[in-house]
Amino acid sequence: MSSTTATMEPRAYHLPEEPHLHEGHSTNLGFWMYLMSDCLIFAILFATYAVLGGSYAGGPGPKDLFDLPLVALNTAMLLFSSITYGFAMLAMEKNRTSATQGWLFVTLLFGGAFLFIELYEFHHLILEGAGPWRSAFLSSFFTLVGTHGLHVTFGSIWLVTLMVQVAKKGLIPANKRRLMCLSMFWHFLDVIWIGVFTFVYLMGVLR
Amino acid sequence: MSDAVHSHNAHGHGHHDDHAHGHHDDHAHGHHEEGSHGSFGSYMIGFGLSVILTAIPFWLVMSGVLHDPQLTGVVIMGFAAVQVVVHMIYFLHMNTRVEGGWSFMAMMLTIVLVVIVLSGSLWVMYHLNNNMMPHADMSAMKQMSEMP
Repeated sequence: MSSTTATMEPRAYHLPEEPHLHEGHSTNLGFWMYLMSDCLIFAILFATYAVLGGSYAGGPGPKDLFDLPLVALNTAMLLFSSITYGFAMLAMEKNRTSATQGWLFVTLLFGGAFLFIELYEFHHLILEGAGPWRSAFLSSFFTLVGTHGLHVTFGSIWLVTLMVQVAKKGLIPANKRRLMCLSMFWHFLDVIWIGVFTFVYLMGVLR
Repeated sequence: MSDAVHSHNAHGHGHHDDHAHGHHDDHAHGHHEEGSHGSFGSYMIGFGLSVILTAIPFWLVMSGVLHDPQLTGVVIMGFAAVQVVVHMIYFLHMNTRVEGGWSFMAMMLTIVLVVIVLSGSLWVMYHLNNNMMPHADMSAMKQMSEMP
């Protein structure tokens, strides 16, 4: 420190008054940005499927493989999990901890049922000799649907984590913010699934 | 001190920090209370619409009532597009005012990019497939050999 600066105000490289932004004021927007970038990943996988979806390499096609009643059941599971997550958010708004936890648990069950049905379907396909290695169509199918399933898996892990957090610390603002983010993530996965069941399964059977 | 007060208000979304839309503060306020989280009614409307918009495409494809795969395809894509909008509004609570409009702008940019990626891939790869067809090649060669 020189003698001149000692008498002057210390040079400040930050604003003299911090803007009064509360903690997490930009979390929603930031998380939305992440979801949009995730959306681009899915767009690329959809485009890949659109290009390769007709290349069966002499193997089975969508008509031989897809079981629409099973897909309808799967779709119902994900839709139910979406609405129950919505109920969890409504309970959270009213600061009702046990109701929130209950709805989160119901959401987890529906999410688990979705994953179980999807794994059953994949297992069945592989047993039929229609694994991802069979043709370009199946490679792109497993990549697209599998990536969605992986997202649901991580969403479920996140859900369990948040249930533990809420159980330990209650519905503190930080936990509410986290639940809000997972809410966006979960509903976003349902939006992606609309594209999957329409574009992959229904259009595949029509093809 | 003030920090604690603000973080306690985490869901009150301080309007004081946002000069951009200071003049419709009252709008932002009213909207935040219900727009950002939804109510039981709005969730049920979204759910009901989603069930209908999911059931109809499945029914159309499984029963084959339209007798025209191409028409059915266009119709179910339409239903999917409507359902995506329903989810955006009733489940993701998207509108043009959330976060001062930035969420909406990000979504619009994403839609533009998705459209470019999807249509561009299909367009390019369709032509690539066509032009690399062996028989197209052969007919071109035949034409060439027929030329004097």
